[in-house]
Amino acid sequence: MEKDQTSESPHAASDVLIAEKLMVKLEKIMEEHNYQRSALLEVLQKAQEIFGYLDRKVLLLIAEKLHVAPSQVYGAATFYNFFRLRKPGEHIITICMGTACYVKGADKILSTLEQELGIERGKSTPDGRISLFITRCIGACAMAPNVIIDDVVIGKATKEGVIERIRKSAGGEN
Amino acid sequence: MNVLKSFERAVKEFGLEDKCKIARTGCPGTCSAGPVVLVEPGDYFYQSVTPESAQEIVKEHVMRDVPAKRFLYSNPEFFSKQKRLVLRNAGKMDPLNIREYISRGGYTALVKCLTGMSPEDVINEVFKSGLRGRGGAGFQTGQKWKFVSKAPGSPKYIIGNLDEGDPGVFANRTLAEADPHAIIEGMIIASYALKAEKGYLYTRAEYPLAIETLKKAIQQARSLGLIGEKILGTDLNFDLELRLGAGAFIAGEETAILASIEGMRAMPRPRPPYPASSGLWRKPTLIQNVETLANIPLIVLNGGEWFSKIGVPHCPGTKCFSLTGKIRNPGLIEVPMGITLKEVVFDIGGGVPDGRTFKAVLVGGPSGGCLPESQLHLPIDYESLTKAGAIMGSGGIVVLDDESCMVDTAKFFIEFCVDESCGKCTPCRVGLVKVKKVLERIAHGKGVEKDIDLLTKVGEYIKEASLCGLGQTAPNPVLTTVRYFKDEYLAHILNKECPTGKCDMGTRRRS
Ligand SMILES: Cc1cc2nc3c(=O)[nH]c(=O)nc-3n(C[C@H](O)[C@H](O)[C@H](O)COP(=O)(O)O)c2cc1C
Ligand code: FES
Repeated sequence: MEKDQTSESPHAASDVLIAEKLMVKLEKIMEEHNYQRSALLEVLQKAQEIFGYLDRKVLLLIAEKLHVAPSQVYGAATFYNFFRLRKPGEHIITICMGTACYVKGADKILSTLEQELGIERGKSTPDGRISLFITRCIGACAMAPNVIIDDVVIGKATKEGVIERIRKSAGGEN
Repeated sequence: MNVLKSFERAVKEFGLEDKCKIARTGCPGTCSAGPVVLVEPGDYFYQSVTPESAQEIVKEHVMRDVPAKRFLYSNPEFFSKQKRLVLRNAGKMDPLNIREYISRGGYTALVKCLTGMSPEDVINEVFKSGLRGRGGAGFQTGQKWKFVSKAPGSPKYIIGNLDEGDPGVFANRTLAEADPHAIIEGMIIASYALKAEKGYLYTRAEYPLAIETLKKAIQQARSLGLIGEKILGTDLNFDLELRLGAGAFIAGEETAILASIEGMRAMPRPRPPYPASSGLWRKPTLIQNVETLANIPLIVLNGGEWFSKIGVPHCPGTKCFSLTGKIRNPGLIEVPMGITLKEVVFDIGGGVPDGRTFKAVLVGGPSGGCLPESQLHLPIDYESLTKAGAIMGSGGIVVLDDESCMVDTAKFFIEFCVDESCGKCTPCRVGLVKVKKVLERIAHGKGVEKDIDLLTKVGEYIKEASLCGLGQTAPNPVLTTVRYFKDEYLAHILNKECPTGKCDMGTRRRS
């Protein structure tokens, strides 16, 4: 697993405070589920919602509280595509590479973005501003190809349109 | 939202508040023509509505009763060949209002069960209907209910399978967003018939709107006493919980979904024992696709015999399909079983747009088959599709035109299945990687003629030897493209040429 990146910011003190508050929130969610081990996926989902990703500390805490071996928690977190083990960039671009989107040229949008941003799928730009992910179908296939920029779905996407949107929402660089 | 606001504003502006009611609905299936607006009475269906045209529609149609023809939906044939049973309410009512569902006859089937039918009566009616599971395998639903009902052990569980992991398919999603109570009512009826007190509705985290809708629907059903203890004052208890998957295609497989609900990696296990006798926490469990479940209230209300006469005898009823790819009218459709692929692709779908020509239709998702024009006469039913090398799957139909390379298409699907293979059994884990390597070789101009036989042989072997349905069907796209489009493989191998120019014969960087 990657080293925890949050602890190295200049505002370390207040960050720690926030992190603690979030941990309390996570505890509460586990309590709501009576610390049942069958709630593991729900808890991981909520944890990702709270922290944005699942780092080592979070996974270990969940393992301890639900009485599940850390290997099993890590196993589940890596099995399902939805979970992220690394801190994502400030802006997240997700390209649907499901069948309908692929047939409509999603692969071309993907390779253009990989070139433009200088990163491969699954990675973030070195400045941590933008992450590029792929997904397999969001169920909006009739509007293919679909690209999601920070939770906004763009249907019938084009290379140009997507790049334009990224410039607008993620600032003028790149 | 803007369109909705414009309608509200226009109605106010023209003083028509007493004359009409503005309602929001779920998707009627015409996704690419959106935003759409239905004006009743008369089923006037407007497409690509903008805030500006909204104003005009109100002014002309609502105020003066003259439909604004220029904005009407231009593909009436999209609806004319469909038969809408499961999607009976889609696009016609507010999914977030349980009273609208009730006013359209919802929950009367449940009341009928509770007041006049024994659990055995219900099972018999479902058995008589001949309904077969819509999640892919096509198993007789009534038979499954008998198994679960007779299985020793308690408590019993019911799982509504809304995982819909097939990329390119959105039928279950649309159903959940447009008519969540049809699914829920089906589950409550199953709970009565099988004496199962706990149900799980398993859906994917990628479907936020469906999740929201289902959550609210469950809450409403609970507050009206349709879920919980002593349902409608009877002895029936049924609790329903929503569970979220986390993006794994295999999680929809019936033994993998059990592991997932129990909080583990979604790994399938050998059957028998089948979930009907040993499912969630080793208790008898009914696993049913949500489209199957949405048929149940109709069967209870109208009788099994009525249902058995729709579609074709060995495969009665209707099936929802997600129609996508290179097609003029993409969207969600529901057709009687036995309709031909040709009618679906050309009459309902409107054929291939942009002056291009039809090449193949992919039926059944990533482990379905690529069928050429010569197979379009096939009726849609489980057996015909399987014989042609495809599967019903969860109802994905993706149309490919002459721009798509069949080797590349096969490679795309195999890559997907390699990614999604859980790795438990060797044929699927190792075999698919082997197939992928051979396909890559061919796509990069390095294939040899023997490779075609190799693909067929390894493909057949994986189908035969894999543990679960994923491996047992994953080679289908390769096997069907080899069977129906061999000349394209030969062009790549012998002439080192990709007829469509999609494969970069050896120069492109693999991304
Ligand atoms: C890899 C794989 C994925 C599956 N995904 C789904 C799914 O997403 N939804 C579904 O209803 N059935 C899915 N199935 C089929 C289920 O195993 C099971 O047959 C079905 O849910 C039973 O319900 P039915 O009889 O109503 O079809 C999948 C099967 C396999 C092998
Ligand atoms: S394939 Fe992209 S949304 Fe379904």
